[in-house]
Amino acid sequence: MQIFNIVIAGVGGQGVLMASKVLAESALASGMDVKQNEVHGMAQRGGSVISFVRIGDQVHSPVVMPGSADMLISFEPLEALRYIHFLKPGGRLVYNKVSINPSTVAAGLAVYPGDVEQQIAAICPKALGIDALAIAREAGNGKAVNMVMVGTVMKHLPFKDEVITEVVKQISQGKGVEVNLQALAGGAAA
Amino acid sequence: MKKIISGNEAIALSFGDSGGVFASGYPGTPSTETLEEVARLGEVYCEWAPNEKVALESAIGGSIAGGRSLSTMKHVGVNVAADALLTLTYTGVNAGLILMVSDDPGMHSSQNEQDSRNYAKFAKVPMLDPSNSQDAYDMVRIGFELSEQFDTPVMLRTTTRISHAKGVVVPGEKLAPKVGEWEKNVPKYVMLPNFARLKHVEVEARLLKLQEYAETTPLNRIEMRDPEIGFITSGVAYQHVLEAYPNASILKLGMSHPLPEKKIRAFAGSVKRLVIVEEMDPIFEEQIRAMGVAVEIGKNTLPLCGEINADILQSAVSGTKVGTTTPVQGLPQRPPVFCPSCAHRGLFTILSKLKCFVSGDIGCYTLGALPPMNAMHSVIDMGASISAAHGMAKVNAIAGREEKPVAVIGDSTFFHSGMTGLMSMAYNAGNALVIIMDNRTTGMTGGQENPGTGETLQGLPVRQVDMVPLVKALGIDNVAELNTYDLKETEAAIRKGLETPGPYVLIDKNPCILRYKIRKPAMNVIQEKCTGCKACLKVACMALGLTAAGESEKPKVRVDPNVCNGCGVCKQMCKFDAMHELEGANNANL
Repeated sequence: MQIFNIVIAGVGGQGVLMASKVLAESALASGMDVKQNEVHGMAQRGGSVISFVRIGDQVHSPVVMPGSADMLISFEPLEALRYIHFLKPGGRLVYNKVSINPSTVAAGLAVYPGDVEQQIAAICPKALGIDALAIAREAGNGKAVNMVMVGTVMKHLPFKDEVITEVVKQISQGKGVEVNLQALAGGAAA
Repeated sequence: MKKIISGNEAIALSFGDSGGVFASGYPGTPSTETLEEVARLGEVYCEWAPNEKVALESAIGGSIAGGRSLSTMKHVGVNVAADALLTLTYTGVNAGLILMVSDDPGMHSSQNEQDSRNYAKFAKVPMLDPSNSQDAYDMVRIGFELSEQFDTPVMLRTTTRISHAKGVVVPGEKLAPKVGEWEKNVPKYVMLPNFARLKHVEVEARLLKLQEYAETTPLNRIEMRDPEIGFITSGVAYQHVLEAYPNASILKLGMSHPLPEKKIRAFAGSVKRLVIVEEMDPIFEEQIRAMGVAVEIGKNTLPLCGEINADILQSAVSGTKVGTTTPVQGLPQRPPVFCPSCAHRGLFTILSKLKCFVSGDIGCYTLGALPPMNAMHSVIDMGASISAAHGMAKVNAIAGREEKPVAVIGDSTFFHSGMTGLMSMAYNAGNALVIIMDNRTTGMTGGQENPGTGETLQGLPVRQVDMVPLVKALGIDNVAELNTYDLKETEAAIRKGLETPGPYVLIDKNPCILRYKIRKPAMNVIQEKCTGCKACLKVACMALGLTAAGESEKPKVRVDPNVCNGCGVCKQMCKFDAMHELEGANNANL
């Protein structure tokens, strides 16, 4: 198969790394080669986070180049816009419409653009924006936004839904299993 | 069984599978997860040392006592451990010893971009340079064998894209750990000059033998494809070369020191164009050019700074225009920031107000340098806050300036190398205010244990270092506690510390809210009371933001209940009683 490039973006603390892990483990369980990479360290909470998942017969570089992502999953609208140039023409974009202020905005040093969604639509007309927080809360925990986002793209990933749900079951703990599965389903239905 | 794991996890797994017995390190991005994973796997003893020098020295002891030992650290940690390393290379080892060092090209989370391959040359030790998780796994086993065969420490060097990138690994056969003899051997382990002179001769001879090994080891692999263009590369750069030029010939250097001269000459002679691809310093290039080999492209075209990727390579080698898509311009930045309800916020709100010169250190609190706080004015290396503040105070006194510098340092950094600076300040009759943010964790690297947390890396309950008696024992008489969640009290305490002559230490003991999962109800702004004065925004909390401006009135502040963790620091900035706790359950979701 051709290399399938996924970029996941969000804000530190939203669970981008966990979502990346689900996709990477699912690829491995489906017998594919996969590399997953993100940069973390400085950002505890609130910094911009970007993670790459590359899937194929044989994957070399762990890094997705701008203009080559088949899919961009963003947990926050401004972050969707920040990394939208990673998408290749015709690439799929799904994003969580619930915004989080960057510290620069919170400090009154910058303004959160009021037209983020319009800007996204202008660049990527088929982009899908959802209220992932509401769906996550319905599933039982507002922190399950990451699983909601995985759910929204589930049917467009190069592996079977059952593989993803099995991986989520394996890596969730206690009550989290049920919440995460509900969140996945909620995302898939959005 | 196949696993998808990071380079760090692969090293940890292989350490256990390769008969590892003892591991000691200090947290530092991107190396940290290695020992955390050794601890999680639970098969081999491992520990956090208070700094990298202690970590490496402990691993040396482990090796002398006959156990295969590992020491882990980030690139700048090797500077701290270099004193041990540069003599360890003379003594050699008993059981195998690996020093794992993680470089950070691009400085994702570091204060400099030093290339640790320089240390392998400097210390005259072999260095292994994995290019993915499987390599990292395999090279731990090979590293121990090399170490024992050649009686040398071995450096295993990763970069951020190796340490943190996950790839598929097939683990090898598991070896049982065995502990060898603990023998006394004075000429080998006591580096008095007369023994060291003999040892230096051995080190030079060892390097020649390692060069021979480098010629034949499969770690250095020629992949002949199209002879039109040939790349000499190592580490993650090898993956970028394959990505950009899948049909090109490659000499992959799995061992980045010492270099295999004959193999390099043979490879160079078999390709038309020779390109050397290495992140950061031209270590290979300088040596290869010194061999008299013609290099077409190296650092004449490729960057010395930052990471290399497939696009940069194609642009440099083929002049291909890449990056057809460009980022959207003018978006607000989203830099890292203190967590909602972090104890550092109150401190920097006051330091910013008082306009002190703040000599800072390495930790989450370094973020106090960013706008709108702008309340940190120098950050050099671990522990420098205190020693640099001491030097500033001495020169200020000579210059007749009355302002007293403030040093800010965290608990882990204080244990690492702040203590010696503070002792020096006390000893040399210094004059600075030192604020120790003792949040009982190593925060910026993700919340590791340290001598103050009361627990070891493997969960053993131990005695906590008691900060106040420690500081007093170092020679400081004026020690007071601080509570940065109370702005008035904080301001008064800092003012008193600045007004009192001589060394003065304030200790804040509020724990890291992230590490200790502290949750409080969110705040709320009563819109009718908010005047839009923005005083609260000075605390730089991402939970705060302005509403859209109405037709007749200024924008007002609102609190994002999904983000707020209720510390109330912003509330203390409000003169109009507009901030209150939100009724009901805690809403913080971050």
